[in-house]
Amino acid sequence: MWKFFHQLASPPHFYRLAATLMPWLAVPALLLIAYGTYAGLFLASPDYQQGDAFRIIYVHVPSAYLSMMAYMFMAISGAIGLIWRLKLAHAVGAAAAPLGAAFTFLALVTGSIWGRPMWGTWWEWGDPRLTSELILLFLYFGYMALRSSIDDTAKADKACAVLALVGVVNVVVVHYSVEWWSSLHQGQTLMKKGGPGMDADMLYPLLAMILGFTFLFGALLARRIRTEVLYRERRTRWVREMILSPEGGR
Amino acid sequence: MDTLAMGNYGVYVWSCFALTLIVIVFSDWRARAHHNQVYRDMEVRIKALEDRQ
Repeated sequence: MWKFFHQLASPPHFYRLAATLMPWLAVPALLLIAYGTYAGLFLASPDYQQGDAFRIIYVHVPSAYLSMMAYMFMAISGAIGLIWRLKLAHAVGAAAAPLGAAFTFLALVTGSIWGRPMWGTWWEWGDPRLTSELILLFLYFGYMALRSSIDDTAKADKACAVLALVGVVNVVVVHYSVEWWSSLHQGQTLMKKGGPGMDADMLYPLLAMILGFTFLFGALLARRIRTEVLYRERRTRWVREMILSPEGGR
Repeated sequence: MDTLAMGNYGVYVWSCFALTLIVIVFSDWRARAHHNQVYRDMEVRIKALEDRQ
């Protein structure tokens, strides 16, 4: 078991493993997203209250879920990097941040577009879910700005790991805001007590989209981690040998 | 036409899906381009060092 983790944390091993994993993540992602998009747009019945506007959930919910998951990835890898001093863990955090920011941006914009016909407004500053999600976007920007402002990679890793861990509080607030406070945003649908409050023809495409987006995130993250590992290990012998080898290591 | 109209919510629904597609394609393209750039820079640097030796 320890040998497996030790090998997994080895940069050259992970660099090759990530290349192998990418197609295994990307192909299911494309298939699931293709099914989810088609079924969500054309097969699912319109919602009795929101009509066809509800179909925005098929991109909004997976984006919102990934916005939090990517942050948790950053925080957990930051904690692993701080506690066990694994360089690879910090590379994972650095690679996850731009993706998390992209999905948070998507969640905010698609939510805003949905809010216009449903709530009659693009944005509501007093709403805890909307505001905490916006703070999450700023946390991602802060994380990336902090990383690029410190030249010493080891110092940047430590500072960013601490920031990521502190920001977990906001992820908890984003998740529970609709339960703790009165919000324009609707409450939990998928994870509510008694099972999901949706019909099967609406639910299955949504689950396919969430799973598809998760695979997609995995594929994009694997590519970004490879770049991060390559850059961090640029002065090592294995990188030199790999680049000089006839087959390369792109 | 009904499918495009989405019960008069077409602009909202289609713009969300289009934006998602753009962000995903951009994220993938950016990740590939960045990786290729880092790899190329290192290839040039390492080969130059090898030639010097």
